[in-house]
This record gives sequence, structure tokens and C-alpha cells, in this order.
Amino acid sequence: MLRLEPRRRPSKLMLGLTPVLAVIATMIAGGILFAILGKNPVEAIRIIFIDPFLDPFSRTELLVKGAPLVLIAIGLSLGFRANIWNIGAEGQFVIGALAGGATGLAFYPMEGIWILPVMAIAGAAGGFAWAMIPAFLKIRFNANEILVSLMLVYVAILLLSALVSGPLRDPDGFNFPESRLFHDSATLPIIISGSRAHAGVLVALASVVIAYVLLNRHVLGYQIKLTGQAPKAAAFAGVNANRIIAICLGTSGALAGLAGMFEAAGPVGQLVPALPVGYGFTAIIVAFLGRLNPIGILLAGGVMALTYIGGETAQLTLSLPAAAISVFQGMLLFFLLAMDILITYRVRIRRTEVA
Amino acid sequence: MNFVKTLAVAATAAVGLTGAAFADGHEKTKVGFIYVGPVGDFGWSYEHDQGRKAVVEAFGDKVETTYVESVPEGPDAERVIRQMAQSGHDLIFTTSFGYMNPTIKVAKQFPDVKFEHATGYQRADNVSTYSGRFYEGRTVIGHIAGKMTETNKIGYIASFPIPEVVRGINAAYLAAKKANPDVEFKIVWVSTWFDPGKEADAANALIEQGVDVIMQHTDSPAAMTIAEEKGIYAFGQASDMKEFGPNARLSSIIDNWGPYYVSRVQAVMDGTWESTDTWDGIAPGLTEIGEFSDKIPADVQAEATAIKDAIVAGELHSFTGPINKQDGTPWLAEGETADDGTLLGMNFYVEGIEGELPN
Repeated sequence: MLRLEPRRRPSKLMLGLTPVLAVIATMIAGGILFAILGKNPVEAIRIIFIDPFLDPFSRTELLVKGAPLVLIAIGLSLGFRANIWNIGAEGQFVIGALAGGATGLAFYPMEGIWILPVMAIAGAAGGFAWAMIPAFLKIRFNANEILVSLMLVYVAILLLSALVSGPLRDPDGFNFPESRLFHDSATLPIIISGSRAHAGVLVALASVVIAYVLLNRHVLGYQIKLTGQAPKAAAFAGVNANRIIAICLGTSGALAGLAGMFEAAGPVGQLVPALPVGYGFTAIIVAFLGRLNPIGILLAGGVMALTYIGGETAQLTLSLPAAAISVFQGMLLFFLLAMDILITYRVRIRRTEVA
Repeated sequence: MNFVKTLAVAATAAVGLTGAAFADGHEKTKVGFIYVGPVGDFGWSYEHDQGRKAVVEAFGDKVETTYVESVPEGPDAERVIRQMAQSGHDLIFTTSFGYMNPTIKVAKQFPDVKFEHATGYQRADNVSTYSGRFYEGRTVIGHIAGKMTETNKIGYIASFPIPEVVRGINAAYLAAKKANPDVEFKIVWVSTWFDPGKEADAANALIEQGVDVIMQHTDSPAAMTIAEEKGIYAFGQASDMKEFGPNARLSSIIDNWGPYYVSRVQAVMDGTWESTDTWDGIAPGLTEIGEFSDKIPADVQAEATAIKDAIVAGELHSFTGPINKQDGTPWLAEGETADDGTLLGMNFYVEGIEGELPN
């Protein structure tokens, strides 16, 4: 019989190495999958992991796809470190897009450089407020934040579709459920001309730096880590657990909301019911793949973005089915979690005891 | 700046290549398709892919087709369309309404690539639009539904309250009401085009309300499967769906994109492609009525066939007055038929339908 036994001291080296090993294992298993589907595995892996770097437009698209993932994952990682599980970033993303987008639409057709900052504040505030619901319920009633935040995702998505079918609908749009296109003052500036890479990319990079400083140089970062590793010790040290809950959920909500507003005011340019495409959920994978470390998250966000963009190219050039790409992405998390188990536990084969 | 230049060079190179290839007469015409669902949805995207296969069959070696499936109508659509445009496609079909703005955006950047957007209303010199007058099919199956229901309750699984869907509900209701004055419509909005789980839930909810015939304006055969299980009737939507409800299926509205796709590809090959707005019904063959089930009595089959023939002959319009709007205000006078403009922007129920249009 197989049995898992906790290791006394998980290897630090392996903790850093496993994300890389997980990516390699995914390449191998994915290659086998693609081969079974009758495609050349080496070519498929090359198209997914290398080709997006060779094409200038795809390179900028990596930034477009990676920025919201990194921004959200940075926020989530703070909570995850403190054992606070915000699974509803997707909902906070949607509310942020709604709040920011509605603000932009409210000022239509005014112009001015102040509009975007106001939209960004509204977006972050929207995400923050949405995340405060599970935070309040956890602090006040000890409600499970995983369930509450997850359920609120569906509420947020329905709210978005109700609003774009009603009050926010484009008056000239034949009743189709979408808002009008944002005007120029409400659209994010492009940082690389000819591409869709927008100012939100810079904010995502800044969030990495700020999170790094917070976690390594600031007492709040220390308190967050302590709360996660030793809640009792944290309480003795005078850390207010409720405050940490509010800060972690609030920050992750605000960052997700900001990411949502960037998405609406950036690549999409309007509010549409299909705005949420799962960034909030994928960011959970990114956070873990990056080992909850800001630099790691930056790299992990890049890898995930790569699988999306490369995956589309593979569909286009090799006619790989979309489901195969989803399976491929799923494998990544699977291998990572499986290897994590092997780091913290050792497998023991228990022999039948002789009487 | 450098990047823009590279891009411009890459784009011109791609265009130049195909251009030269065309003059040469050997290179293949490259046609791309973007689908909102998986090609295995057995509904909307499946039928578009059948259209793609018709193109392959018609032109063989002279054509190369590609497709990307399950592309959400959000931020990713523009990138996928652009990747296609950039990789040397001559003609690109974007087959869902939500691709409209991204298609227009990309089309501006690639003036030499031809685009065709399904079900939208924005065109450009290199962007055509096309759609089917599926409401004509609703008139035929609405009649059958009105005749076949015993509980006088017909269920309708609707996706989004856009004109296309509202038009279908109205056309089906008018036909059913004419066939059976006691008929009542129960409408469920599921806010999705393709979600078998939600569609099945909606079907079950309708059946609990006493519905014994189900129509749908969503893409999966989930409702058909439920109808088969529960022993009631349903109609195939977008594709025939017979295999999902051998007993339940009465008939179907089939989207037959093949002939249109073939003619558009031919136009690109001949250099005669122009931006057009196509809205074809049963007569040109874009909308087809699936074979009638033998569960439908012969006289009802004959009536349905007569309705279809009258539509084909141009003698019958699905919206012929007198018709009032839901609130009782007159819309069409006796004998008057609806104009396309009103149909394309339809945002009201006709008189007799209960419930409010979600807004």
C-alpha cells in the first residue's frame, strides 16, 4: 500500500525548481497528447512556446494577455500567503470593469486627461467593494470566504449582462447587449504604437515591484506572512487578524477591479457581456505557479500568456482543437500540484506486517 | 516606431506574396473561419464548419482553410482575427455577432484582406455582412408547434434579447397562434449561446410548467436530449439534431452556409468580391427546413409545406398585418408586411406574448 508521510524539511531548491519541472512535464505530456491527435508534437510545442516570441505583434500580445494575470495574481498572492482564499477575483474584475466603464460612459462625450484616472479609481474601488463583502462576512460571521467570493462571481457576471442590456446599452446599437465604444479620453493610451499593449502593462509591472518591497521590507508584509505560517504566534505578536483579512481581500479586490477596468478601457474599448474570460481564475494558477512570489508571478504570468497565444496559433496553423489547448493548460496546474505533494510528503510503500 | 515598420513590412510582404501568387495562378486561396463555440456544438458553429467543408469540397487543392474555435466575443477576438489577417489569409469569416467591432478594427489595418461578418450591421469596403432570415423557418415550425401541442403551452429557450432572437420568437408565436388560437408561449432567457447545462435546466423548467413542445434559439442539442427523455417534442436549431432526439424531433431549422461561402470564395478567386449585405431566407437556400417527423399528421405536414412554398414563392411574409405590438399599439395594418429596417431593430413582442422583454 502507498502512503504519504510528511517530510521534515521540504527542499528549498526543489520548491524553486518544480515550476520549471512542471512546465517541462507539461511539454512532454502535452506532446504525447498532440501526437495522439495526429500532430507533430515537436512542432506543436515549438509553435506554442517559441513562435509567439518570433512575431512582433504576438510579443506585444503577451503583454496584453499577461498584464491582467499578473496584476490579479499579485493581489491574490498576498491573501494566499495569509491563508485567506479569495477565489472570486473574476467577480471583482467584472465589477471593476463595470464601475470604471460606467464612469467613463457617464462622462461621455466629455474630454480630458482626468477621465482615465477617475475611471481607474472607480474600477479599483468597485473591485475593493465587491471583495469587502466576503471580508465583512468572514470577519463578522466567520463565513467561508472561498464560497462567498466564488458565488459573487456569478452575481457580478449577471449584473454586467443586465446593465449592458439595460441602462448602459449603446443607444445606437440595435438593442444588442453592449455599451457604446468608449471615446478616446476614456481609452487607455497605447505604449507600443501599432499594438494593443496599453498603459495597464506598466501598472502591472509596478505592482510587482510594490508587492516585492511590501513583502520583503515592510512590517505589513511580515505580518501577512506570519499570519499564514503561524496564526497563533501572529496573534501573540499583536497582529490583528481581522485587519489582515480586510487588507488582503481588499487589496486583491482592488487590483482585480483595476485589471477589469484596464481590460474594458484597453483592448475591448467597451463593456460587453463576454468581457470576463477567466482571468480571475487563471490568475490563481499564475499565483501558485509563481510560488506566491512577485518575481515568480511575473514569470508565471508570462508562461500562461504564452500558452494562450501560442495555443491560438497552434489552432490556426495545426488545426489543434481548442479543447486540447485547455487540457494542456490544465496539465500545467496538475503537474505543479502533484510535484508539490512530493516536495512536502514522501511516498512510503507499507509492507504487510508479519504477525 | 521600429515595431510599426516591421509590422508594416511584414504585412505588405504577406499581401505581396499572395498577390504574386494569384497572378501566378498556382497558390491556394487561404480562407479562415472564427467560431464562437466548439465545432462539436452540433448547432451554430458546427453548421459554419460544415460550410467550411463545403468550400474545401468545392475547390479542393485551390483552397486552404483554417479555423479557430471557441473564441470568446471579448478581448481575445481581435487578436485571433488579426493573427489570421497577418498570416496571409485572403478571406476571413467571423461568424458571431460579438466579433463585429474587432472585425471592423482589424479590417482597417488590413485593407487587402476581405472580411465577412455574420449577423452584424457594420460594413466597410473590405467587410461584408451576411445572415439568414431564420424567422422564415420559425413561421413554418411555429405552425407545426401550434398544431402538435396538447397542453397549448409551447416553450422557448432564448439566448439574448437582441433583434435576431426577438424576431424569431415573434414569428414563431404568430404562426403558432394562427394554427391554434389557444396557444401560450413560455420563454426562458439563458443569457448564453452555448451552455448545455443551462439549456438543459431551462428545458426542465419549461417542462415543469406544462410545456409539451420546445423551441430554442441556443446552440447545443441539450434541450433536444431532455425532450427525448421526457417524451415531449422539440425542433432542431441551426442543425438537424435528429440523432439527439429521434422521437422528440419534429423538424428543424438548418443554417446552410455552404453555398454562400462557396460563392464568396469564388468571388475572391475571380477578383469580383465586393462588400455586400446579404440576408437570405428559405428561397435562396440559406435557411432550410429539416425533414418532417412522421409523428406529424399528414394534413399538418401538407399545411407546413404549403406555408414553406408560399414563403419561397414570395406570397407569404412572416410578418403580415394586422399585427399589434404587445402593449396593444398597432404595428402593421391589414395586409401590410414588415420592412427590413424594423425587423433588424426589432425590440418588442407582438400582442399576445406574455412576460416582459428583458431590458
